[in-house]
Parts: sequence; C-alpha cells; structure tokens
Amino acid sequence: MTAVPVTSATSLRANRRWALIAAYACLGIFVVFFLFPPYYMLVTSLKTNAEIAELASNPWIVTDGVTFGHYKHLLTESSFPRFFLNTTIVTVVVVAITMVISVLAAYSLARLRFWGSGVLATGVFLTYLVPDTLLFIPLFKIVGWLGLLDTYWSLILVYPTLTVPFCTWIMIGYFGSIPRELDEAALIDGANHLQMLLKVFIPVALPGLIAATIFAFTVAWANFLYPLAYIYSESEMVLTVGTVTTLIKGDVFHWGGLMAGALLAAAPPVILYAFLMDYYIAGLTSGATKG
Amino acid sequence: MRVLPPLLRRKPAVAVLMCVPLFALILGLVAYPFFHALFLATLNKAETAFVGLDNFSFLFGRQTFWMVVRQSLLFALVAVVFKALIGLAAAHAINTIPTKGQRKWRGMMLIPWVIPPALSTLGWWWLFEPTYSAINWGLTKLAVPAVPWLSDTFWARFSIILVNVWVGAPFFLIMYLAALKSIPGELYEAAEMDGAGPWQKFFYITLPMIRNIIAITTLFSIIVTLANFDIVRVLTQGGPLNTTHLFATYAFRVGIESGDIPLGAAVSLFMFPMLAILAFIILRNVRRRAASLA
Repeated sequence: MTAVPVTSATSLRANRRWALIAAYACLGIFVVFFLFPPYYMLVTSLKTNAEIAELASNPWIVTDGVTFGHYKHLLTESSFPRFFLNTTIVTVVVVAITMVISVLAAYSLARLRFWGSGVLATGVFLTYLVPDTLLFIPLFKIVGWLGLLDTYWSLILVYPTLTVPFCTWIMIGYFGSIPRELDEAALIDGANHLQMLLKVFIPVALPGLIAATIFAFTVAWANFLYPLAYIYSESEMVLTVGTVTTLIKGDVFHWGGLMAGALLAAAPPVILYAFLMDYYIAGLTSGATKG
Repeated sequence: MRVLPPLLRRKPAVAVLMCVPLFALILGLVAYPFFHALFLATLNKAETAFVGLDNFSFLFGRQTFWMVVRQSLLFALVAVVFKALIGLAAAHAINTIPTKGQRKWRGMMLIPWVIPPALSTLGWWWLFEPTYSAINWGLTKLAVPAVPWLSDTFWARFSIILVNVWVGAPFFLIMYLAALKSIPGELYEAAEMDGAGPWQKFFYITLPMIRNIIAITTLFSIIVTLANFDIVRVLTQGGPLNTTHLFATYAFRVGIESGDIPLGAAVSLFMFPMLAILAFIILRNVRRRAASLA
C-alpha cells in the first residue's frame, strides 16, 4: 500500500525534471532560430567592405576589426536621415489621428448605445480583417484624385484604415470592462461626456490606450506596400521603402550599409517594445479574445 | 441607479457625433474603395471602356494566374501549419519552465515579430545570397551541398515559407501562451493524482482548453498570410519565372508596375471571397466566445 504512492511520486518528479530539460532544449533551439538573422545583420553591418567581399573567412563573426563606417555613411552621406524624418512625421500624425478617432468611437460604442451601433461595432471588426493588399489599387486611384501621389501625405490618409479598426476594437473592450458605477458616480457629480471621457475613461483604461498606441505606431512604422505603390521620389520616402529601394542600387551591393540601414530603421519599434512589452501583449491578446 | 441610464441615452446625437470620424473612415476609405475596385475591374487597360468580365476571363485563361492561385493557397496553408506548431511548442516550453525566467525567453522570441518584415526580409535575402550565403557556408562546413535558395522554384518557395514562419510564429506564441496561462492549475494537479502522463495531460486538458484560441488565431493568421506582400516582394519579386508570386505581389506587378490597373484590381479581388469566408467564421467564433463569457 505504501509503496505505490512513493514510486508514483518519484516518477512524477523524474517526469517533471525531464519535462524541464526538454523545455530548455526546445527554447534554446527556438531562440537560435529566431535570433540568428538579426544577429547576422548586426555582424555584417560592423564589417569592412573588404571583409564582406571575402569568401574564405567565417561570415558569422567579425574577424577583420569592427567598423562603424556603414552607420556613419548612412547618417551623413545618404537620404537615410530624410527617410527617418518622414517616417517619424507620418507615424506621429497617424498615431494621433488614430487615437482620437478610436477613443471617441470606442467610448460611444461601449457606453452610449444608439440605433445601428451594434452593426457599426461589427463593421469595425470586419474592417480590421481587411488586409492592405486587398484595396491598394482602388486607393491608388483615390490618392491620385486627391493629388497626394508621390507625397507622404498619401500614407497619412490611408494608414488609419489599418490602425483605427483594431485600436477601436480593443478600446471598446477596455472601456466596456470599466464598472458602470464609476460613470454613474461621475454623472451624479454633473460631469458631461467630454469630462467623463477625459477624467474617468482614459485614466482608467490607460493600459489599453498604451497598447493601442504601440499597435498604431508599429503598423505605421512598418508598412511597406502603400509607400512602395504611392511614393517614387527619394525626398518623400519612408524608411521601409527607402531602405529597400535606394540602398540596394549601385554596381556592388553595399551589404554592410544595407544591413546597417535595416537595423537602424527597425530600432524604434524594437526599443519601444522592449520597454512596453507587457502592455503590447496584453492589448494584443485582449483584442482577439474579448467579445 | 434606475434614473441614470435614460440620462445617458438622452443624448444620442452626441453618441452618433463621436462615431462620425470612424464611420467616415470606414465608408470613404474601405467601403468605397472596395466598390470602386469592383467597378475598376470591369474596365479596359486605358480605363476608357466597359469590358464586363473580360479581365476575369483573361485571367482564367492564363497559366500564370492559376499558378498564383495555387502558390498562394499552398504558401498560406503550409506556413500557417508550421507557425501554429512552432508557436504551440514554444508556448508550451515557456509555460513549463519556472515563472521567473519566462519573461526573458518570451521577450527574446518575440523579436522577429517586432522588426518590420520588409527590413528583416532584407537580412534573410543576404543570408540567401547565392555567392556569399552564410547559411550555405555553414552547410558546406557540415559537408552538405550548397542550396540554391532563391534561384530554384522549390527552394524559393521553401525560403519564402521559412521567412514567413520566422516572422509569424511569435504571434502564435503570444496567443497560445496567454491561453495556456488561463487554464486553472487544479486541472493538471487532479490529472496527476489520477496518474496522467505529460502527453495525456496535453491531449486531454491543454488542447481542449485552448481549442477556441487555436481556431481564432489560425483563421486570423490564414487571412494575414494569404494577403502577404512584403516577404515575396523583397526576397524573390515573384521569381524565378513567377513561381513564387502571391495574389498581392502579382496584383502589384500587373496593376502598379505594368500599369494595367483594372487587371490588377481584378487579381486583388480574387482574395475577397476567401477572406470573406474566413472573416465570417472568425466573427461567429468571437461572438460565441463573447456569449459564453457574458
């Protein structure tokens, strides 16, 4: 009688230890898989052109001395700073527009039911599922009619179609989870809708607001299709398209400069995410799981 | 308490007003472009004459188009299956280790998903470069022959799926990890008392508990993957010989680069029925979930 629980307890412990070893082995393999491309980009960006062109040495490490020449060239003698500025302008304006539209609509849809509000909420979710690649051709015509072709204002016009639906959707979820007693108390104190939104809803749903902001930022920073289709002049380009199209040209591929450009262009979303990862993940998972 | 809701409802004008920007955006920049795409697809290349369904029948007669259809479906299905499997394995592994270290591992594994795909694909492009490929350097050291990553149809398709899995698996990881965390620990304890092994726990507790999240995440990922553009555009531009084109890259080639806007619009629209069916299923799932939570 006593022997049975003892053996099952030891085998349970052995099981757990093996599960742990297997888990760490698994994680080790996955981390290598997920991190070797950015690692190799970093290594390449720090090599001299001579070392990059050389075939004999190990490509995975810098053997011939680290150089920051590619970064320096990029920042002082190319259009890269211009791309960076354009991207920053586009992203900041798009994030601002997105947050205003989403917060207003989410407040209204979460709290003030009106005729058709249910349909509109469903419409928001369906719009979120529309990918940029479905409508880029008709939007090309519309951007053309408005005279915005070949300017980054075209991006400011079309990016909200990608950011607003998701941000509205998660803000509806966050606002909807605020207890009604809170706004009733504010109403008794004589607050109007604007005061209620600014003094009650936004502070209470701040984590959601941060998650939505990061989402809008990331989408606006990373989009590639719209700028590739609508922008041709180097002075109007944003980072994704500028890096892919202008840094590649030339007789020899400037791999060091190209990798340096890609890493610098990717840095802002990566840094933002490093600091605000938890908000980001909470927003993302709530967007898909909240009704 | 009873008096207050009517007070809220007394100002429907304010409520509608707050939704006007959202409504204008959806109407003007999503619904209208969609109907305009339908109209555009019925015009000739110069957009001067109505040609009915000629663009569509032209596409149906082209071998390239059917290759694009097949390749898009193959790409989306294979990539999503691998993303889901890797995401599930990684989420499960993270959930197994002590809570203290989980954040660090999760943080490292999400990096591919935060880098703009067009830029990380540049890194992969360099890894696949025919002469300097650092992957081939490693393979040669292991006495494996070099692989023609982007110049051979099979390997080009393989590479595109590989990069897509690399970019997209972390999304599954996040969703699955959140789902795994929501399973009450008592279920596992009870199963262990009854002598269940790790596989039994996985198949009889874990999988049924996160089934819904797996379904929604997978459907969502099929939409995003089917509509992918960046990776193919940067890595192969549709080559070799158009064999890696997806709907989006082919529509871009035809509509923007070759200047046949109506034909490009027609190619893009082919995604719509598939997306609509997937969206319908997702919506039903999300609603059912919302109803069960309420």
